Amino acid sequence: MKRIIFPPLFALLAALALPAQADSYRLPKNAVFEEECGSCHIAFPPQMLHADSWRAMMGDLSRHFGSDASIDEKRRTAITDFLVANSGGRKTGDTRDAQGKPLLRITETARFAKKHREISTATWKRVAIKSPANCAACHALAAVGEYSDHSAVSPK
Amino acid sequence: MRHILIIAAALFASSALAETPRDFLTRFEKEAGAAASAERGARFFNTSHGGEWSCASCHTERPAQAGRHAKTGKAIAPLAPAANAERFTDAAKVDKWFRRNCNDTLNRLCSAQEKADVMAWLLAPK
Ligand code: HEC
Ligand code: HEC
Ligand code: HEC
Repeated sequence: MKRIIFPPLFALLAALALPAQADSYRLPKNAVFEEECGSCHIAFPPQMLHADSWRAMMGDLSRHFGSDASIDEKRRTAITDFLVANSGGRKTGDTRDAQGKPLLRITETARFAKKHREISTATWKRVAIKSPANCAACHALAAVGEYSDHSAVSPK
Repeated sequence: MRHILIIAAALFASSALAETPRDFLTRFEKEAGAAASAERGARFFNTSHGGEWSCASCHTERPAQAGRHAKTGKAIAPLAPAANAERFTDAAKVDKWFRRNCNDTLNRLCSAQEKADVMAWLLAPK
């Protein structure tokens, strides 16, 4: 619907840009972020949550999804700044829960559900996958921010 | 040529700062005021302490082999220095992970004696 009101030239540019951008969540290099946020799981793309979610998560790292992920204050501030600077934009959609609180899980966002609506509950539960947050089980290039649908598979 | 100099300087700087796995055994034994026991370390590492996990849940009972994070499934490189030269070379990293992993496994920090025992076991020839 919205597309109709776009000036035609802009629509054309957007269409050209889309295939390259739709599936890539590559980031500027950041050694501290990669080391600290990529040790227990792949470093999740900051673009998939808005800044308020990242701020809330970074404010309580010693109780991070049942794990102690605490770090020193200097690194905590540096990583928060990096996450906020690269946080989601318009296409990230709504990342709050029904009460208006920022979601902490990418896997609970509407956009994640929409992108994965064809995956059955049984698939999510397979041993090789364990958790929907285990992006790399299906997206072989998740660690470098590549999530295009042609590179995604569902392991047995 | 410039690159060789930079590499040489970097090597020198890191060898001046880096710690070795044995340094940690010495440090923890000194803090504990008692000798370490590899046998106690093995028992501590492989049994759970009232919680859901033991150290072996993520690092396996044979720390010379790669492990897997019990919740996320992510691969974890071997913990034993003999199998992984990067282990126990950086005090900030070692202290950080003992803090986090002891909290997750025991719901408290590990004592110096427990850390010394684990070090002795990880360093013992297998
Ligand atoms: C000590 C281990 C550890 C560290 C370090 C860690 N995490 Fe996590 N993280 C976890 C665990 C465990 C989960 C839950 C995974 C699951 O449910 O499958 C998780 C989940 C997440 C999720 C939600 C995934 C989803 O379901 O959408 C995000 C986002 C996240 N972590 C971000 C971070 C960031 C940012 C950092 C760096 C500041 C970080 N993590 C560091 C252990 C860790
Ligand atoms: C069970 C396997 C599986 C897991 C786990 C999984 N995905 Fe996917 N994902 C897929 C499949 C299959 C598709 C393609 C869906 C389609 O085309 O209908 C997909 C599509 C996507 C897309 C859309 C790509 C595009 O080109 O539009 C994104 C983004 C994405 N996944 C991100 C993630 C993230 C982030 C995680 C972890 C938090 C994750 N996925 C976990 C299987 C998975
Ligand atoms: C829930 C999974 C999990 C459990 C349980 C766990 N660890 Fe770890 N451990 C990790 C991860 C992830 C890393 C960091 C990733 C890496 O460095 O490869 C790590 C790193 C370490 C390091 C860092 C060593 C270095 O110099 O690189 C030490 C020491 C360590 N663990 C000891 C322990 C001890 C002792 C226990 C039991 C009290 C334990 N771990 C339990 C997941 C776990």
